[in-house]
This record gives sequence, C-alpha cells and structure tokens, in this order.
Amino acid sequence: MNTPDMNERVTRRNLLRNLGLGVAAFTARPLNRVMAAAGEPLHQPPTEFTLPPLPYADNALEPHLDARTMEIHYGKHHQAYVNSLNAALKGHANLLSKPIEQLLKNLNDVPEKLRTPVRNFGGGHYNHVFYWNCMKANGGGEPAGDLAKAIKKKFGSVIAFKQLFSATATRHFGSGWGWLVKNRKGDLAVVSTPNQDCPLSHGQIPLLTVDVWEHAYYLHYQNRRSDFVAAWWNVVNWDAVAAEFGRQ
Amino acid sequence: MTHQLPKLPYAQDALEPHIDAVTVGIHHGKHHQTYVDNLNKLMPGTEFADATLEQIVLKAQGPIFNNAAQVWNHTFYWEGMKPNGGGEPKGELLAAIEKSFSNFAGFKEQLSKMSVTQFGSGWGWLVLKKDGVLAVVQTGNAANPMTAGDVPLLTCDVWEHAYYLKYQNRRADYVTSWWNTINWDAVAARLNAAKKK
Ligand SMILES: [Fe+2]
Ligand SMILES: [Fe+2]
Repeated sequence: MNTPDMNERVTRRNLLRNLGLGVAAFTARPLNRVMAAAGEPLHQPPTEFTLPPLPYADNALEPHLDARTMEIHYGKHHQAYVNSLNAALKGHANLLSKPIEQLLKNLNDVPEKLRTPVRNFGGGHYNHVFYWNCMKANGGGEPAGDLAKAIKKKFGSVIAFKQLFSATATRHFGSGWGWLVKNRKGDLAVVSTPNQDCPLSHGQIPLLTVDVWEHAYYLHYQNRRSDFVAAWWNVVNWDAVAAEFGRQ
Repeated sequence: MTHQLPKLPYAQDALEPHIDAVTVGIHHGKHHQTYVDNLNKLMPGTEFADATLEQIVLKAQGPIFNNAAQVWNHTFYWEGMKPNGGGEPKGELLAAIEKSFSNFAGFKEQLSKMSVTQFGSGWGWLVLKKDGVLAVVQTGNAANPMTAGDVPLLTCDVWEHAYYLKYQNRRADYVTSWWNTINWDAVAARLNAAKKK
C-alpha cells in the first residue's frame, strides 16, 4: 500500500541520498534543513529537533527485532527523547539550531543547567538515530574492505571482535549501549556507555552500536539480553558501518 | 555463605491487575534469581565470602556490590507489596509522613516523581534520614540508600523489566498502579524497627 506517509518517507530518504548525505545525515541537523525544504525556504535555521523517519518499515527487522518493539522504541521512546530535548532547550535558539553531534561533542560548552538534559535527551536522540542506521532488512553477514582489515588488525579476527562486542554489550550493567568506536588515536575500540551517554562526549567516533536498554528487547527476549545481541548481528548494516569508518 | 533467592511472599498473580503474573514470574524467577546466582559465583575467595548480604551492600564495590544490592533491593521490593494492598498508612507511619511531607498526597506525588524521573535503570525510595526525617530519593542501577546512611522504608523498582511487558514506555502508569499494591503494615514495621536501633 502506498500511503502518503510512506511516500513522504521514501522522498525524504531519496532527498538525503541525492544530496550525498550518508548515514551521518540522519544523525545531523542537515536533515531538518532537508525536511524544511519540502515547504519552507531552505536557508531557514532549524528551530527545534525533529524525529527523522525510520529508514525501514517497523517489521523490516523481523524476526530478530519484532515490529511491536520497533514501533514503540522508535515512536514512543525515541520521540520522547526528541520532545524532552526540545522542551529542555526551549528559548535557547542558539542550542536548538546546532547539530546534535556538536552539542554532545562539546558538552562543557553547554550551559551547566542544560548539560544533563542535553547529555540524557540529546544523547537519547543521537544514539537512537545512529542505532536505526546501523541496521537494515536482510543485514548481517560480515564486514568487508578496509573496515574488515581494521577489525582484524585490532581484534585478531571478525569472530573475536564480535565476541568482545557481544560480551561488552551483554555484561553492561543497567541501561546503556555497546559500541564500536574509533578513539582519539584512530584505533578501533569496543566500549559501553551507561544510559544515554554518547562516545562523542568522550572524544570517540561511533561506528556501530547496539541498544541494551531493556526496552530494546524486553517484549521479545525478556531477561535474555545475550539472545537479543546474538540475533541483532543478523540485522547489522555493514555498509553503513563501513561508510562511517571511511568518513572519519 | 551461599545466598538464596527468598520465596516470593505471595503467588505470582497476587498483584494483578496492577503488576501482572508474567512480569512477577520473570522478575523474581529470572532477574532476582540471576543476581543471587551471580553473587554466589563472585563471592568465593573474596573478603565477602562470609559476610551477610547487608554487610556486602554496605562495603562492596563493582560487580559484587551490583549483584548483592540487586538481591537486597528486590527482596525489599517484594516485601513492600501484597495482594489487596494500597490505601493509606496509619498511626505512627502516617504521622511521620505528614510531618515530613505536609500530607500523604504530597508524599505520594513526590515519591512518584522520584520514581518516574530516575533516568535509566534504578529505584525510587522512601527513606528515614539520620535526623529522623522521612525523605524520598532515587538511585541508579543497583545503588542503595543504606550506603549514604539512610534507612530504606519502601522502594519502587523502575528498571524497565519491572513493568515493560504490561506498561511498555509508560513508566508513570506503572508507578500509579504500584501504589495499589503497597503493604503499609510492612512499611510501618520497618519504621518501627529503624527507630528501635
Ligand atoms: Fe532505546
Ligand atoms: Fe528488578
């Protein structure tokens, strides 16, 4: 069925692609500018953060990530972070018009009173956009090219990397995220962050992430986080990870 | 010593419809049990091998603390609820609440707020402070108010696993329902015990 909503989604995605904006575009404010282009002048600065469209249908990641989980995760949790971020920054046009990456990279430049909301809600916004774009229908498989080389060089093999990443994500205590990042020295590293803390705030460049808040998997996997992480590998969009790796 | 999973003080479906049987079953039988199992695996050869659960919570750090505190917190959570619970506290407990929070409705509102706004996994608590005043606090992950010298009187688990199957993202709805399960006699007994110490 070709609903107006679906048309709109496809159009926005094509717009991004045509503009040569890769995965990063979804994470950045340029998205808002693109969205504004539909009906408003392009040069108008964004006045608030918006929820970008999910880059696939709710059920696209079945059976690994079920449609209901995706629908609530994206439509409720992610939307709530966007709403809370806008509410917290209301009246601060200078912050609302900045790319979210920039705010998270330079948390100390954010006025002290707004730092926690930016870290929590801004992190929640950025991390979820990044997460959606790390996945795709019929994903999984193995990384290729320079990314695969770098992973093998750092972790010995792709299997060893996957084991370390899975263990780090599974053992992370409480709400948080598992990440593959590039650190300041340009080395790959596997880390976890609590709650909505973002590697950008620690000088690291995110390449791949898995959400291990219980809301990411509880409806389908309940307490079995390790089963969720094992299934999640089947939806990883390695092209997107490689694009991030190449871009940085 | 080997730590044991305490029996649930009521049937799994005893808190329906506020907290559903499937949630209680997994929460107690899987989550709580896993913390007990992890703790027992971590203990041997450490300074805490013969310590009581409370001693571990007060002194340990890292994974031993996390698992011990989660064992303690969950037992405390289960014992703070009962079938046909809720309503209002009476007697000394009510007087103490009214003294510290102006009135019962104000207290409820404050503890609800603490529970709902705890960012990420954690707990909302009613505690007795050293100066004899009651207060509401929130703690992240496994953290327990005893380490700050407070005496816990009541707790609400706000890890998503406590409510996600039934309430999903609507934590506030879970907390509202949770009030209908409170075992006020248990809370009053805790206050009594704390005052005798
Ligand atoms: Fe999430
Ligand atoms: Fe729990």
